[in-house]
Parts: sequence; structure tokens; C-alpha cells
Amino acid sequence: MSCFIVKGAGVAGLAVAHELLRRGANVDIVDLKETIGQGSSFFAGGMLAPYCETEAAEEMVLKRGLHAADWWDQAVPGAVTRNGTLVVAQPRELSDLLHFASRTTGHVWVDRDGIAALEPSLAGRFDKALFFAAEAHLDPRRALVRLAENIRQLGGQFHFGSRPPSTKNCSVILDCTGPAAIAHMRGLRGVRGEMLHLETGEVSLSRPVRMLHPRHPIYVVPRDNHRFMVGATMIEMDDDGPISARSLMELLNAAYALHPAFGEARVVETGVGIRPAFTDNAPRVVETTEGLAIAGMYRHGFLLAPAMAVSAATRLSKGLRFTKE
Amino acid sequence: MLNLYDCTLSSRLLLGTARYPSPAVLSEAVIRSGAGVVTVSLRRETAGGKTGGAFFELIRGLGVRILPNTAGCHSASEAVLTARMAREVFGTSWIKLEVIGHHDSLQPDVFELVEAARILTEEGFSVFPYTTDDLVVGEKLLAAGCRVLMPWCAPIGSAAGPRNRPALTAMRAAFPGIPLIVDAGLGRPSHAAVVMELGYDAVLLNTAVAMAGDPAAMAEAFAKATEAGRLAYIAGMLQPRDMAVPSTPVIGKAVFS
Repeated sequence: MSCFIVKGAGVAGLAVAHELLRRGANVDIVDLKETIGQGSSFFAGGMLAPYCETEAAEEMVLKRGLHAADWWDQAVPGAVTRNGTLVVAQPRELSDLLHFASRTTGHVWVDRDGIAALEPSLAGRFDKALFFAAEAHLDPRRALVRLAENIRQLGGQFHFGSRPPSTKNCSVILDCTGPAAIAHMRGLRGVRGEMLHLETGEVSLSRPVRMLHPRHPIYVVPRDNHRFMVGATMIEMDDDGPISARSLMELLNAAYALHPAFGEARVVETGVGIRPAFTDNAPRVVETTEGLAIAGMYRHGFLLAPAMAVSAATRLSKGLRFTKE
Repeated sequence: MLNLYDCTLSSRLLLGTARYPSPAVLSEAVIRSGAGVVTVSLRRETAGGKTGGAFFELIRGLGVRILPNTAGCHSASEAVLTARMAREVFGTSWIKLEVIGHHDSLQPDVFELVEAARILTEEGFSVFPYTTDDLVVGEKLLAAGCRVLMPWCAPIGSAAGPRNRPALTAMRAAFPGIPLIVDAGLGRPSHAAVVMELGYDAVLLNTAVAMAGDPAAMAEAFAKATEAGRLAYIAGMLQPRDMAVPSTPVIGKAVFS
């Protein structure tokens, strides 16, 4: 039986571990942290939004992200909510909405009544919106915990902390270390992302809502227990220090503009993650001296990890691991 | 050739580096634009005292002159501090001086601008001030030591194009020997052609290229329009008139009467 070591228990590592286990391989997952998903994955939005993302991403994001929701549904049954995405803009930002519409597919225009029907909390607040019906979302932290449970059931073994296990006779290592790979992988850089969690019972959303703005676009992803993830800044640096006052202010301002009740919400968490990215911001399966790496997930961890995992696992199972993709 | 602070440039297009879909697209756009100068915002990328290492490396790798800017600064002291940091990070004394005075329109605070320009010039900087089309402010900036003026033609990122042509024309006439660069508000190549036809020396743009469907193609379109406008200005254009002027000569035509 083939055996593999996956370095990194974030979304890319767990996705590829799951793919390899399903193919009958032996998989050990190692991570320097104390448990799964403590790196960039912890701060993910969890939007499975391939159509929206093509507004500023390569075509491959749409192509390879199209089946992400199906993959998650199969790997973690019940984790995915398929309610689409709503994209709104203040009346004076109508041109941003038109621009977004012209850059994407898979949407329909909805008017005030349509917005009220989809998201009663936003009734009367916007004149026009774009609805991407085929998109989905999930709670990244819960999805990873459950994916890890399934991995254990399939025989995968986790090793946390600073002392990785002896590599036994496993010769193939999959590097899924996310931003930690920036130090040793050519062409990889970090893009800082800041986010926060708000808690309020006064707003209720059924799907991610993106609010366009020329300076401070945001998305708000509903979680359970009246929580909302608000994200995310994109700053070209790999400093993972605490959120800046300016970013916090801008995210909160935008959330408040989306719905004034967010002004009364509690800020229950702020977080900063580093997105590892290549210069074209598209992820890759790259060969390394030890095996393969899934790298440069950028802002598309949960959206593209399935496709990257399938791609890597297929290459390994075909014994083609040293063929260029 | 364009001469800015004793530096000769063949392209009259200066390009911003923000808001591109990816650094790869940015790089392609810079190449296709033929721009010899790119502006880089320092403020956000260096928060916390760290440089945006990898991104700055990419910018340096473009092989063009870097014009750091003080985007997002709201006071002279903030802008001066940012300019000093930029000189350290990029090893250039060039600075695009931006001091924002109004949150909504991003209109420059011209009082703080002149003050910052004076301080920075004294410290040996080559200052490229982002200003309005106000002639008096232009004079004060020159008196403060600036040798280039960069008026807006519409608010930053508005894509509105030249809103006040008579003012731009007056500015050109008022500062005949000074390089004038339209810095903000250009939305489409025809806008660039218009201001170049007015005799402006160059254009600086960012959003119109970065947010285009195909930024690299748009960069080339702007480069061509800029070049076309410049050529037309040098060639000398006709003044519009109300009555028709036949373009076919009548001399030699048979006259039947």
C-alpha cells in the first residue's frame, strides 16, 4: 500500500489526505500546531463562490471551483449551505455593481422586492443586487473538524506539535504548509487578510452578502449562533500582527453601511491570516524534492482545495508525480 | 522626450500599481504600456514597520523607475514621514506627494500640500505634487521648490475624464516651462488623448487600467492614446469654426453661367 506524509493540517492538507485515503493509501498528517486548521484556514470566509471570484481572478478559478460544493458535500455531508450569494451596492456605487456584473457570469439581477424575498433583513436597503444562485458557503472551522473526523475513520493519523513522527518508510511528502512555504518556495508571497466576527440577533442572513465599494468592499458570511464573519482586507505584506485600527474601522464602517444593526453588534473576534500566493494568484500543484506541494491557495482555500487535492492525488496514484502539470 | 527632475523618459505614461487582479497582470500591463515610471503606495504595505517585501521585490523587478507615493496621508507631517520611509525602502528621492483633504472627493489639502512640498524639497526630495488645477496653488508649489505639477482632471478613481478643460488650458498657459502631468480622474484612453492635446506633458493613471477587463490591453490603449494626443499637440491642431470650409479647392473648375 502506498503511504504518504501530509505536512500541514489546513484545508489543503486535509483535502488531499482525504483524497489519498479514499484511494486506499496510508496517510499521516503532521502539523506543528496543536490541532487542525490553526493556520490561514482558521480565518477563511468559507464562501464557495466560483462565479463571484472571477470578477478579479483567472478563469481557472471558475473552472476548478465549480464542483467545490459537491466535493464538500460528499466529504462532509451536511456542511454545505446552498443558498447562493447576494451582491449589493449603495445607490451611488451602482457603477461598481454594473462593473461586477460585466465581469462575472451565473447571476441574475434582483430588485427591491427580490432582495427582500431573499434577505428580509436587507429589505428596503438596496435598489438592485446580483444574485448568484449556484453558489454556496460553509463554516470553515466546523467543516475542517468534521473532515478530520472522517479522515481518522478512514485510517488517517494525525501528529501535532513540534516533534513529527519518524517518517517510517514513507518516501512521498505532500507539502501543504500554506504561508509557511513562503520561506522556501520560489515565487510565493504573502497577502495579509484581516477579518472579524460580529454577533447580533438583530440581523439574519441566509447566504454570504458582498457589498461592493470602490474603497472598502466587504463580504459578510453568516455563521451559526447569530455570528457573522466580516472580511477581508487584502494587503501586500506577510506581517501577521494584530489587525490595524484603520482596517478594523473600515470593516466595521462597511458592515454598518450594510446594516445599521451591525453597529450594535458585539465584536467577538478579530483575526489576521496570511494568504500564500503566486504572482498570478492561482494555486498550483508543484513538484518538490520530497514529493508534491499544494501551494498558493491565496483567497481560494476552501473553493479550490478540492480540485487541487484531486489533481495531486490523481498524479500520485498514477505514479506520475514528477510530471509537470 | 519627457524630462522630469533631470531624468529623461521616452514614455509619457506613468502607471500606478494598485488594485490589479494579480502581480502577474500588473507586470504584463506595465510592459505593454511601455511606461518608464510606476507609482507605489507605501503606507499600507509598511504598516508596523515591515516592508511589503515580496510585492516590492516584484515592483523592483519590473525594471522601471519607481515613484513612491504618500497615498492616504491627511496631513503634511504624515506625508513627510511617509516620504522619508519611502526614500529608505526604495532608495529614491522621488516622491509623489499626496495629502488628502476631503474624505469623499479625495481632493488634496493644498495648504498641507504646499507645506509638505517645502519641507521635502529642503530635505532633497524631488517632489511630484498631486494638486488641483488652481493656478495660485501651482505657483506656491513652484515657489516651494517643485519642478513638476500634477493636477487632477477629476477625482481620483472617478473615471470621469477632464471636467474643466478651460482650467486645464489656463494651467498649461500659466506654466509654460513646467512639466505638467494629469494625475487623477482619467477613465478612458480618449480622456488621455484630450489632455495631451491640451499640451500636457504626461498622464498618470491607475484604476482605469487596473480595473479594466483586460488591464494589459487597456494599458496599451492608454499608451497609444497618450502618444496620439502628444503627436497632435506638436503637429498643431485646427481651431474649430462654425461655418463649413470646403476641403476641395474650387480653382480651375469650369464655371457655367
